[in-house]
Amino acid sequence: MSLQLDHLSITLHGKPLAALNITVLPGQPVTLMAPSGTGKSTVLAAIAGALDPAFRASGRVILNGRDVTGLPTHARHIGLLFQDAILFPHLSVGQNLGFALPPGPNRHVRVEAALEEVDLKGFGSRDPATLSGGQAARVALMRSLLAQPQALLLDEPFAKLDTALRQQIRDLVFEKTRAMPVILVTHDDEDARAAQGPVLTPMGLPL
Amino acid sequence: MAWPRKPPHLAEGLAALTLLPVLAGLAGTVVLAWSGNGIAALAVSPGLARSAALSFGTGLAATVLATSLALLIIGALAGTPGFSPLRRLLSPLLALPHAAAALGLAFLFVPSGWIARALSPWATGWTVPPDLMILNDPYGISLTLGLAAKEVPFLLLMALAVWPQMDAPRRLMLAASLGHGRITSFAFAVLPALARNLRLPIHAVLAYSMTSVEMALVLGPTLPAPLAVQVLRWTQAPGLADQPKAAAGGLLLLALVIGAIALCEATARLLSHLLTHLAASGHRATRLDAPGRGFARTAAIGMAAGLFAGQAGLLLWSVAGLWPFPRVLPQNVSLDVWTRAMGALTGALANTAALGVLVTALSLCLGLALLQSAGTKLSAPLTAAIYLPLLIPQITLMPGLAALLLRLGTGFVWPAVILGHMAFVLPYVLLSLTGPWHSLDPRLPQIAASLGASPARIFWRLRLPMLLPAVLSAAALGFAVSIGQYLPTLLLSGGRIPTLTTEALALASGGNHRLIGAFSVLQMALPAVGFLVALILPRVIFAHRKGMLSP
Repeated sequence: MSLQLDHLSITLHGKPLAALNITVLPGQPVTLMAPSGTGKSTVLAAIAGALDPAFRASGRVILNGRDVTGLPTHARHIGLLFQDAILFPHLSVGQNLGFALPPGPNRHVRVEAALEEVDLKGFGSRDPATLSGGQAARVALMRSLLAQPQALLLDEPFAKLDTALRQQIRDLVFEKTRAMPVILVTHDDEDARAAQGPVLTPMGLPL
Repeated sequence: MAWPRKPPHLAEGLAALTLLPVLAGLAGTVVLAWSGNGIAALAVSPGLARSAALSFGTGLAATVLATSLALLIIGALAGTPGFSPLRRLLSPLLALPHAAAALGLAFLFVPSGWIARALSPWATGWTVPPDLMILNDPYGISLTLGLAAKEVPFLLLMALAVWPQMDAPRRLMLAASLGHGRITSFAFAVLPALARNLRLPIHAVLAYSMTSVEMALVLGPTLPAPLAVQVLRWTQAPGLADQPKAAAGGLLLLALVIGAIALCEATARLLSHLLTHLAASGHRATRLDAPGRGFARTAAIGMAAGLFAGQAGLLLWSVAGLWPFPRVLPQNVSLDVWTRAMGALTGALANTAALGVLVTALSLCLGLALLQSAGTKLSAPLTAAIYLPLLIPQITLMPGLAALLLRLGTGFVWPAVILGHMAFVLPYVLLSLTGPWHSLDPRLPQIAASLGASPARIFWRLRLPMLLPAVLSAAALGFAVSIGQYLPTLLLSGGRIPTLTTEALALASGGNHRLIGAFSVLQMALPAVGFLVALILPRVIFAHRKGMLSP
């Protein structure tokens, strides 16, 4: 499994924002670090296939040897986690997970098992608005994983959590995503250290 | 190869489709005015200058009054403890069709109306209705006041829709922390941004007020009538001889509206400079706060009370038995008029409801398809499709559309009326939907797509249910706008589809208060049902989803 950014370059009105030529392997998350507003999240949007038309990009995104550059987001099999859990507010916790689960048998059992895996057994019928920040973050993580992504993009997913929770969720995320390529965007040194992989700027320079 | 690619022009195509009736009507009117020598006929029409001046003057005065009051109310009161009840009081008035509002106000202010009855004979000495011209005054004062009262709630709710987006509460707080009073805080810190957001609604109010037929027929001067009413009379004149004159009159009204909008823009620019100058001068004007608050509260309550009392009067008239002057209440109540007019009432009700439901459903489908295909930004053609019909007077389009329909034959009456309604319902549906559609967190569909959901699944499973409250509100607004349509129904059906609005206005010139009351009550009840459903249904469906019920 690998996620290759083949000479990926992004510009805004001709001004270069990102230039990356890297291959991300499972268990070796790549961290992109830079001050706010310098294009870190734009890189993730480009990889996910959700780049705003105001930006121009060139290069290729190759996932497990398959060129996904021209594919829409839903056909890429690349998961996303933002700093907010962004659970769908009109669905219950279980329905949120069901939304991500590809069609197949025993859906209810699989949703319950996913919840149990993150110590949220019995939370299936809960309203997402009643969850704590940590609970919502765990549901969001399991929702991403149930869609069976082949790579995961983390857009400052720990930024809004308090210190104790941050450590706990960070460990959980890196433990659950060990088997796939991961790119983390952050401006927190501790997050970058915990990822235990190379740390780069969006322009591809090592930090 | 560079990416992302530009999406296909589906949205622009749909936008052009929505503009079709407007463009067809405009083209038809131009051709009719030109080919039939309508401009020359119009030029020698007696009383033209006075009619045009009345339209221009009453429309402009009503807009200035409505805008000033709406800004004063929101500026002085928004965020204060008394504002929420006031907002709840004014919101239902948006659902009130213009014709019903006008008829209600007329019942209140006519010499035999409730106000005269309440003051007689103890204060006035009147034992019979006085021979006074309170309504239909030659200067259009009652028309101006009626238009202003009806448009204040619209402008107020438009302002409130953008209030949080502008971060207005914090702007006010910041200005207050610098020592400014409430009025200057609003004027210097909020108004410049608010005015930019209110430009289009103000222009729409101006265009409507200058060209309204519904309110002018009931409250406006008669000899001569405002130009829009004159154009309607020429359009309806027996034979087709006056059609070119009507078309030319419609075009003259359009030119007047464009001129008034230009004047409005120039004045706004001037006021903006003045405001900037005053803001930099450091004036706090805290002394204005208390009287401003008092006046705003009195004006808002007075307006709402007037409109509600008018509607209560209509309801009462519809069940009144004997009601001699100066009694405040009827001597007895009876359902006679309802029973006798049951056939006409149910026929008009069925036509109104069927048209409203069809037009709203089609407008919603088209509006949602347009937004779904437009992506994250509205292109210029799309924006034009949304706003143009709000600025082009209905009476300008109607002679052209009616002439086109005449060529198509009578078999197209229902489709033509539906299309005619849609031209004016769709902009309101889109106006109502666009804000909520674009305020949906863009990360939600992005997350869903990353989970493998296709655009269609995201639309049906996420966007539509999450926007259900907004979709229902847009539907209720569209339904109300369709119910209120007078000109498209009357002129495109040639009177063959009687609705509550056309019937109520046809009765307005007669003296049957009871029958007018019955039609008007149904006319205001129908949109109220729509808004009630839009309010209650999301609360029932999402009773256990807190995230869906928060503002």
